[in-house]
Amino acid sequence: MKFGVITFPGSNCDYDAYRAVKEVLGEGVEYLWHQDRDLREFDVVILPGGFSYGDYLRTGAIARFSAIMGAVKRFAQSGGLVLGICNGFQILLEAGLLPGAMLRNRSLRFVCKYVYLRVENDSTPFTNAYKIGQVVKIPIAHSDGNYFGDEKTVEKLEASNRVVFRYCNPGGELDDHYNPNGSLNFIAGIMNSRGNVMGMMPHPERATSQLLGSPDGRLVFESMYSYLSRKERRKVS
Amino acid sequence: MREPKVTEKLALAHVLSREEYKRIKEILGRTPTFTELGIYSVMWSEHCSYKNSIALLKTLPRESPHLLAKAGEENAGAMDIGDGLAVVFKIESHNHPSAVEPYQGAATGIGGILRDIFTMGARPIACLDPLHFGELRNPRVRYLFDGVVRGIGDYGNCFGVPTVGGEVYFEKNYTGNPIVNCMAVGLAKHEDLISATAKGKGNAVLIVGASTGRDGIHGATFASEELSEKSESRRPSVQIGDPFMEKLLLEATLEIIGERLVVGIQDMGAAGITCSTSEMSARGESGMEIELSKVPVRETKMTPYEIMLSESQERMLVVAKKGKVKEIQRIFKKWGLHSAIIGKVTDDGLLRVKNNGRVVAEVPAVSLALGGGTPVYTRERKRPAHLSKHWRFNPDSLPLPEDLGETLLKLLCSPNITSKAWVYEQYDTMVRTGTVVGPGSDAAVMRIRKTKKGLAFSTDCNGRYCYLNPKEGAKIAVAEAARNLICSGAKPLGVTNCLNFGNPYKPEMFWTFAECVAGMGEACRAFKTPITGGNVSFYNEDPERAVYPTPVIGMVGLIEDMKQVTTQWFKDRGDLIFLVGENTPEVGGSEYLKSIHNRIAGQIPGINLDFELKVQEFCLTAIREGLVASAHDTSEGGLAVALAECCIASSKSNLGAAIKLKSQMRPDFLLFSESQSRIILSAKQKNADRLKRLAKRFQVPLKKIGTVGGKALKINTLLSLDLDSLKRAYFRSIPNLMEKW
Repeated sequence: MKFGVITFPGSNCDYDAYRAVKEVLGEGVEYLWHQDRDLREFDVVILPGGFSYGDYLRTGAIARFSAIMGAVKRFAQSGGLVLGICNGFQILLEAGLLPGAMLRNRSLRFVCKYVYLRVENDSTPFTNAYKIGQVVKIPIAHSDGNYFGDEKTVEKLEASNRVVFRYCNPGGELDDHYNPNGSLNFIAGIMNSRGNVMGMMPHPERATSQLLGSPDGRLVFESMYSYLSRKERRKVS
Repeated sequence: MREPKVTEKLALAHVLSREEYKRIKEILGRTPTFTELGIYSVMWSEHCSYKNSIALLKTLPRESPHLLAKAGEENAGAMDIGDGLAVVFKIESHNHPSAVEPYQGAATGIGGILRDIFTMGARPIACLDPLHFGELRNPRVRYLFDGVVRGIGDYGNCFGVPTVGGEVYFEKNYTGNPIVNCMAVGLAKHEDLISATAKGKGNAVLIVGASTGRDGIHGATFASEELSEKSESRRPSVQIGDPFMEKLLLEATLEIIGERLVVGIQDMGAAGITCSTSEMSARGESGMEIELSKVPVRETKMTPYEIMLSESQERMLVVAKKGKVKEIQRIFKKWGLHSAIIGKVTDDGLLRVKNNGRVVAEVPAVSLALGGGTPVYTRERKRPAHLSKHWRFNPDSLPLPEDLGETLLKLLCSPNITSKAWVYEQYDTMVRTGTVVGPGSDAAVMRIRKTKKGLAFSTDCNGRYCYLNPKEGAKIAVAEAARNLICSGAKPLGVTNCLNFGNPYKPEMFWTFAECVAGMGEACRAFKTPITGGNVSFYNEDPERAVYPTPVIGMVGLIEDMKQVTTQWFKDRGDLIFLVGENTPEVGGSEYLKSIHNRIAGQIPGINLDFELKVQEFCLTAIREGLVASAHDTSEGGLAVALAECCIASSKSNLGAAIKLKSQMRPDFLLFSESQSRIILSAKQKNADRLKRLAKRFQVPLKKIGTVGGKALKINTLLSLDLDSLKRAYFRSIPNLMEKW
């Protein structure tokens, strides 16, 4: 099993994602350079957090033109798992791999803190180790995490069960006070219709042990692992 | 473009003195060129030369068996932490730029201090930002506060370094001239540490990173004068930061250092190319010849004077090893950055600057460098008259507040005490996943991967204390920094200091400066924590007043085993609460006096360093023996505020406490006195006897004062407040002040 973590100029959570895969799964993981074009040997590609190209324009708007993004699209079309975290999620939106857009946070300020998330769909390659309705604690760190989509887009996401995580209060209720950025429908993470591309603003790679504040992010990585192991077993049999 | 003729008048306009101009002519044996005048004016400015402070700074303790790079030797101090690793750290000020352009001023402060760390070969792992502003009632202050916090956040967040601590104070004396200090900490393997030196005749000199523009010209000189109405016109002296560029520069720099391609490297901060070329030459006892037409510029028709003095950010000067230039250039190209050969190392001790082949400056490098030929002065000192007046104040004359619970809530609302979450939630406190204790406890704690160890950091300075008693105030700053580290389970290792003062040519100010340095030295000797470097910032005055003397201490400590990390908040119902140290009625200079009685006066709390050391050694031993559940030092707001913080300061804690204090003291003094050398511990019942025995062994007073539990903080019959009301006071104060306008 092989994970790739893309380094765009300005990525700064690439190291954290790399370490998380290594520490949680002990699996093979490599850095990918933004100019690489061949992803055939990988099972998972992670677009990490950071400020690609400084994000001086709209977040992710320049990174989507990186040479590697063509390969990421082909990789997704062929069924590979793509996980975009924070800036990675923003890039996936700009690249059209996921629907919708990010607005500035409602506070117009950067916000970094632990938040509560409710798992809305536990039958995805990214969340199968969670239980539906489970409330987990994972941190956010962004200026532009206020998810927006037009009515049709959001309706479609909801109808097809593609909202994977929502911001909630510690009791799991949707509570405006606990929506850290003003996202529509409390959306914290979504996936594409095929279910192999997920973007989330919270950072599961930062929540991999109690020492760091919460182990709840581990399950994102463990979910991908068990999904791929099952897939491999199916191939063998 | 024709250059102005160099005269004494022009020299004075460059903030050089007559004597200094005379000395320059003596050194050169002729009248300096215009470019040379510019070079001397920045290198001999207070900011670069430390001319009025260096004599006193040399009295500070600078020795430790753990030191790898001493104060003044390199861009930052470096200390051994075992396992072949070094911690590299330094603090700097960016007060003046932040006073006129808060966002960029603060941002470039972060950028500069980060470069000081990675130019040593260390990867930055944390930033801390001690900030001092005027009162938030003032709209200009709110503008400065907001801009500074955004500037720090946007730069550090984008660069990818967690901002894990600092402090924020609000006092009238910082109204026009905020204190914006930035501390950065990095981690390196010993073998990766590299010097900022130029050696080896003929070795190529490269400028790497951003191109050079007209921004920041004379920034160093601007930092060396008082702020006035005219300061607004100094906006062009403020540099513009590009954290994205800096992130690329970090990666490329660490790569060329790791690949062993470099003889020496220095970042360009104040005085840009001038400072880096002269300092590297002086350090290497060599010389350097550079050609300015080779410098990548981003504006047309830049003069040699402008190129030499530009403070454009995100640049470095690199001396390449023989035959390694191509490899260096390949790495910079990979990261999308400039790297241009602009000259070579020579052996004649001269900094020779050419423009299209014509020599525009030729000066002995050592005459520009600190510790070399820069001027050294000692100034006149006079004890300020206000001290005796303040010390005469007798707090016994104060009325006793009717409702002490109400008083505690007011103190929890005081911007100096209240939660700073509004600030630190705008900082990425977790990137690089090393943060184990972020902002909000006594000290920040980072883990060190592949070892059992951790590092703890704290920054401290109560400027009001130093105003009322400079020497004792400075001692308290050191003692509190150490106490904060101890409370988190760390042993203090070393100190970086940022000395923020007014105009040193005013005798009262210089006396104050000297007293603070003396107090700091005495305390650092007691704690065996050497000063590894830092920064002096004078001229922090607006037209109305000088800032409080603010000698900020940034202290680094080592945690031997991460299992020993301790935080300030109570952990479990039923745990016993102990007070280490003695309660004494010392409210002079306290937050209680300021916030409740509107008085800034009195004699500040005394500090006995021997006793303080005993308290700290006891506390660290107790933590290491696993006897302690939580530890929190008492500081501003005294015992009552500290107890409230133990109950509510973390989102992880929500436990009340029932406290019984035996004392004959006036109740308000008992609750809010800021007497030093006190720590609140909580411990499991089963550990109580061992804790008491240990205290006896260390000859430290330890009293059981209560029990953890319930949903309220109760102290004798003096006050009883439910946790929700404590939280409302503690967490809503700054957001209310900042967001309602």
